[in-house]
Amino acid sequence: MAEKEVQFFDKDGKRVDGRKPEDLRETKMEVGVLEEADGSAMVETGNTRVIASVFGPQKLHPRHLQESDRAVIKMRYNMAPFSVDDRMRPGPNRRAKEIGLVAKKALEPVVELENFPKAGIDISMEVVESDGGTRVTGINAAALALADAGIPMKGMISATAAGVVEDTPVLDVNGIEDKQGNADIPIATINGGDEITLLQMDGDIDQEMLDECLEIARKGCKKLHEQQKKALVEKYESIRGEY
Amino acid sequence: MKLNTDTIQKMVRDEERLDDRDLDEYREINVEADYIPTTAEGSAKVSIGDTQVIVGLKVGVEEPFPDRPKQGNIVTNAELAPMADREYESGPPQEAGVELARVVDRGIRESEAVDLEELCIEPGEKVITLFLDIHVLNDDGNLIDASSLGAMTAIKTGYIPVYDKETGKLQRDEKDRDIPLEENPVTVTASKINGKTVWDPTSQEEDARESRLTVSLNEHGNVVAMQKGGTEPLTHREIMDIVDSSENKTQELREILGKSAEE
Repeated sequence: MAEKEVQFFDKDGKRVDGRKPEDLRETKMEVGVLEEADGSAMVETGNTRVIASVFGPQKLHPRHLQESDRAVIKMRYNMAPFSVDDRMRPGPNRRAKEIGLVAKKALEPVVELENFPKAGIDISMEVVESDGGTRVTGINAAALALADAGIPMKGMISATAAGVVEDTPVLDVNGIEDKQGNADIPIATINGGDEITLLQMDGDIDQEMLDECLEIARKGCKKLHEQQKKALVEKYESIRGEY
Repeated sequence: MKLNTDTIQKMVRDEERLDDRDLDEYREINVEADYIPTTAEGSAKVSIGDTQVIVGLKVGVEEPFPDRPKQGNIVTNAELAPMADREYESGPPQEAGVELARVVDRGIRESEAVDLEELCIEPGEKVITLFLDIHVLNDDGNLIDASSLGAMTAIKTGYIPVYDKETGKLQRDEKDRDIPLEENPVTVTASKINGKTVWDPTSQEEDARESRLTVSLNEHGNVVAMQKGGTEPLTHREIMDIVDSSENKTQELREILGKSAEE
């Protein structure tokens, strides 16, 4: 299908949405947005919006899924039918199942699962509006929801994606940069540091470019990590204000 | 029996509720129109107390049904997201989602709220389909009323994008026109708890109710759709009493609908 040529940078080097290559989109985080769930959060990155919930640790059914020495995380990633331009059929498809799996693996390293043998932790991410970066936005929201649920964690998980457009590495790719750029590399880090718990890549770039992409993505994660800490503090300050 | 069922039933007998409301009093209702501004052609987020529902409207182009070649379609679907209720752990109840979607759909369809003939592009070939997707984020009762209000807000504030005949595609960024609206149906649900009529129940109150009756009224106060639920019967008298008081209730909600769609 022939797509029209996209001008990825204007004459001042600004991206389609006015950002510089190493800028994140405007990101909003809110903790404790749902009543029923034990923990919840909404993260908005540009026009991408994901709500995440956590239930548990709680009894895990069916029993054959239980692990005798640790808790088991069940992860769901789902896109609402109206979250994309052409309506999507309801319910998780193959892509959604894979994302659920890698998102689970991204979070598992910091969750103290061994504290809760035989238990289950249910995490769910609902994408309500999308413009690229739904999995990393979802992971940021899910990590906040885990903390909000009071589940012990060794660290916070922060995630963003780097990409390559017109041979330039860019941070936090939006929908059009993802679709028509040369690469998309979502990563997640522990506490915005050097330990990477999610890495996927598609595109066509040399090793030097990959190195640069990881560099800027890690910087992005570091900023997001600061913001996550702030969002968590904000929730508890707002509770304190009520008393 | 669920936790609090006994208490709720006893309290209702004395015209009291756990959250101090009157039996016919709704919780605070908030409607945010155009909640999904970039990917949906119409949308709303509705909260009634702790219940939270998003309704998104997507416009599609499809072949008409052979027996109605000049009419567009409305397709309503509801998803009870697992996050909405602790008990959805092993997957949300399919039947409840289907009933919710169909009851919301019926109020809109039977009142002929949308002029379906206006949705025809080329008779027998191409018509516009409006997809109404209800996404329940937090279930604390009264999903039918919340979803119906959200669906009507999405329709009232939504638009039909320009259709490009050459490519056969919709230009989603360009508005062609409003959705052809003919009526403003409002749907309300009464619950019977311990023999008394209660409005806008929480989840706990829903667990304690014997039966419910959903009534959709159009602008003229005519009944356009009904649905009884629950395990206990309702008498002829009870039904007529509920329909009678639903007129006041729909007026309250119609005002909220009007305001939320104004902007």
